Amino acid sequence: MLSRLSAGAFKKAASAGPSRSSTLFFGARSASVRFASTKASAESFVASRTALVAASAVAVGSIAWYTQLYGSLPFLSEVHASHLSDEGLHPVAYPWSHKGVLDTFDHASIRRGYQVYREVCAACHSLDRIAWRNLVGVSHTADEARAMAEEVEYTDGPNDQGEMFQRPGKLADYLPGPYPNEEAARASNGGAMPPDLSLIIKARHGGADYLFSLLTGYIDPPAGVEIREGMNYNPYFPGGAISMPRVLFDGLVEYDDGTPATTSQMAKDVTTFLSWAAEPEHDERKKYGIKAVIIFSTLFVISVYVKRFKWGPIKNRKLFYNPPSSTTKTH
Amino acid sequence: MSLANTAYNIFFKRNSVFVGTVFAGAFAFGVAFDIGVTKFYDSWNRGKQWKDIRHKYVQEE
Repeated sequence: MLSRLSAGAFKKAASAGPSRSSTLFFGARSASVRFASTKASAESFVASRTALVAASAVAVGSIAWYTQLYGSLPFLSEVHASHLSDEGLHPVAYPWSHKGVLDTFDHASIRRGYQVYREVCAACHSLDRIAWRNLVGVSHTADEARAMAEEVEYTDGPNDQGEMFQRPGKLADYLPGPYPNEEAARASNGGAMPPDLSLIIKARHGGADYLFSLLTGYIDPPAGVEIREGMNYNPYFPGGAISMPRVLFDGLVEYDDGTPATTSQMAKDVTTFLSWAAEPEHDERKKYGIKAVIIFSTLFVISVYVKRFKWGPIKNRKLFYNPPSSTTKTH
Repeated sequence: MSLANTAYNIFFKRNSVFVGTVFAGAFAFGVAFDIGVTKFYDSWNRGKQWKDIRHKYVQEE
């Protein structure tokens, strides 16, 4: 703001009040030498008291307008009564078996994780986007998947009489959800909706690390934190209060491959399973990634070679200029 | 020099042969490249993929 005012404004202010330093700066020069420009600016409108008042009024007015429009003063940060716990504790980065750029999923873990999902999570959470056929060749054989599908009854139809009928599931059917609709899910869980788990790894900050931390992170609320009836404390959940209670306890399921079913083992397996459910194309994608990197880096090297090959003679040539001799006449 | 001449006479002299060589070469490279990458990928991820644990669950009739 001050820099926009001309030197004349300072001069005027200096002459108005008995200032020490400004008279020292300006007084000496104006006393001895009188420039044409200083005289002109001293009387210009920019240096006038009216201009000063108007500029101040514009500044105050624009700040008032900004404050009225946006609700806060410009260029000033605000203090909010929030706490880091409202964001949820950040999860640790775990060394997942599929973490590296060349690593596939651990499919034995996916199979165990499906078992945990089916026996524990599926009581409340749906997995809408996974069909029985998706499990074939990933965690189960076709016969196993077909047998599992046939244990579930699906509504199909209408038949010739226009009626819906029940039939055993097929490979093409999607995994059944625990509730017929969202309202039923809320009614059974105290108003909280258990989210669909198909894409939950992609849908949460921290992904697999977050999910594992959440499943294994249930603790008693610290002093001063009040958790309402029917809620549970989990530091990894934003806000800390989560409707889902701790569900994984040691020995809850019995793995058919003999892996000890500890809490962390089950959490790791179900997280791997849900990572696969969110990214079924994961293994193929990484394989194509290897191919693409090899091919494209080779093509890049070839293109660099070709460029140097083509430009080599052009960059290394020497140009000579032979001026025409002055004796020969040119027309 | 004779090798270059032989190569020229076999692959480059007739355009139809040249184009055929390019197509066949691309096909052969594609297959070989895929096999090579898959081999590396499977050895890197030994024991993790479904084909490595399938024998435990499949029942042959």
